[in-house]
Order: sequence, then C-alpha cells, then structure tokens
Amino acid sequence: MDAVWSAVLKLYGEYGASRAGLTLIDYDVEKRFAVIRTVHTAVDMVRTALASMTRIGNKPVAIHILRVSGTIKSLYKKVNK
Amino acid sequence: MKRIYADLHLCPNLKDSKHVSQIISKASKLGYRLIAITFPSNLTEEEIRRLRNISKEAKIDLASRVDLKPKTPEELIYDLRKLRRRFEIIAVICESKNVARQAAKDRRVDLLNFLSLDFRRRFFDKAEAELASNGLASLEIDIKPLLTLEGPTRIRLLSNLRREATIAQKFHVPIVISSGVSDETLMRKPKELAALASLFDLDEASAIEAVSKNPLAIVKRNREKLGPRFVAPGIRIIRRGKDC
Repeated sequence: MDAVWSAVLKLYGEYGASRAGLTLIDYDVEKRFAVIRTVHTAVDMVRTALASMTRIGNKPVAIHILRVSGTIKSLYKKVNK
Repeated sequence: MKRIYADLHLCPNLKDSKHVSQIISKASKLGYRLIAITFPSNLTEEEIRRLRNISKEAKIDLASRVDLKPKTPEELIYDLRKLRRRFEIIAVICESKNVARQAAKDRRVDLLNFLSLDFRRRFFDKAEAELASNGLASLEIDIKPLLTLEGPTRIRLLSNLRREATIAQKFHVPIVISSGVSDETLMRKPKELAALASLFDLDEASAIEAVSKNPLAIVKRNREKLGPRFVAPGIRIIRRGKDC
C-alpha cells in the first residue's frame, strides 16, 4: 500500500493523494491479487497511478486492473466469474 | 461491437525468439488484438513469416513496422521509396526540423515520433500540425518514458506532451498512443495506457480512440493499399479475367 500511496503522491501531490481515500480491503499473497477501495471521483487518478508503478522496493512490478466495481460484493462476483 | 485495441510500437529483441513469444503472448493476455513490432529494414520475409506464425498462435494480429531515423529530408524520401511497399506501418523518428516537416508533408508516412526529451528538439508545433493535417501522418506518443522517468525530467516531458496533444487536437491530427516497450514488465492494458494519457490532459474519449480507432485505421488503410486489388484511392479491382 505504501507503494500505491507513493505513486499517487508522485503524480498528484499531497492534495491529490488526500482526495483519493485509499484503503486496502483484501490482499491474496498466493494469487497476487489485491482489492483497493478509493473514492469514486478518484478512480481515474488511482488507475493512472497504479499504471505508472514500475517498482515496489527494488522489485520490478506491473500492476494491472482486473475490475472496477461500485460494491465489494459485485466485484468478487465479477472476478470469480 | 467489442472495441479492438492496438499497440503499434513493441520492440522485443528479435534475435531472442523466446522473448518475442513472451511479449506477443503478454500483449494478447492484456487485451490487444493488434500489435506492431519494429522490424529492421533488412529483415527477411522468412523471419517476418515466423513472427506472424507466433502471433497467430497467440491469437493476435501482427502488423509490420519500420522506424526511419533519417538525417536529411532527401534520405527520408529515399528510404520511403525503398520501404513503403514492404511494411504496413512507417514511423519517422524526427530529429531535425527539416526531417519533421518533410515527414509531415509526405503521405507515405504513418506516424511521427519525437523521441527527444529536450523540448528544443521536439518539432511538433502548429506548422508541423498543419502539414500533418493535410497529409496522413498521425502523432505517436510512447508511454514508456512516462513509466521510466521521474521528477523534473518527467515533469518537462509531460509539459511537452500536453502542448503537443493540444496542438494535435486543434489541427485534427490523429494521436496514436503506443507503449514503445521492449520489456514485459512495462506493458500495460489498453485502458491503463489511456489512463496515463490523462497525465498530459488528453480526455478519456480521445485517449481510448488513440489506442483503438486511430491505430486500427492506419493499419486498415495501409493493408488496403498494399493489397493486390488496390489501384488508387477509391479505385480497386473487383474482378479479373477475359470477360469482366
């Protein structure tokens, strides 16, 4: 989550990061899959920040967004399909 | 109809077949239906066929692309004459004003690319855009520098891209967003590329067009022109034979 905050901060500054309202909901280490909550008005901003991430610590990474959904319940339904 | 996404600038190491397969299959997994790989101008037909077979297995369409980096307008004209009928996409890396102007004017050029991070060596201004709008050239923006750069360099680049995107939209020059990557980890989904375009104030609709409609239009147009039935714009052979 620190890496995600850092990415938002780098691109949009403290003001932008404060508007995102980021929270980690779920993280599955085995499947390498996370659920992040954000304010709906900041979805595009967070999407851009996640796409701009290339490293977490010293490890090269690529983060891809599988789904965006309004509720966690419907998100899991769509992802499990 | 489902939208088709394209990435017109992938640069895998062509000598390493495994790397090429990885890049192509990753592109397919990310949702692209059309990609273009930069080939050297002296690549043989056999090698192109081999790459097309790899992309067929990955269920993705492959377009051939060559990047020209001429030093003078005369060199550009010579290269275009030699290579236009051999590749589906011709991109010109413009490193001087004269080359940029000639590339924008020439209807054989598909993509204008300005790789330089120095704003003095980026020549996409209003004059360039006006020439490009009368021709068939599109402005290509590679996303790779936005991912690899940081700090003041990235800020300067975004500032330049913002200016160029505004000029391109004002003069109705199509924008094509490509990844420009040679590394799998830097590849992004089409919507993620479009999201990154928001960093230089490209609106969502234009960004989505830049990764779908615009690149597809270039490949479709050129495949038609390079096809056996093409005679001239608007004229094609329907039937051959003695009694037509």
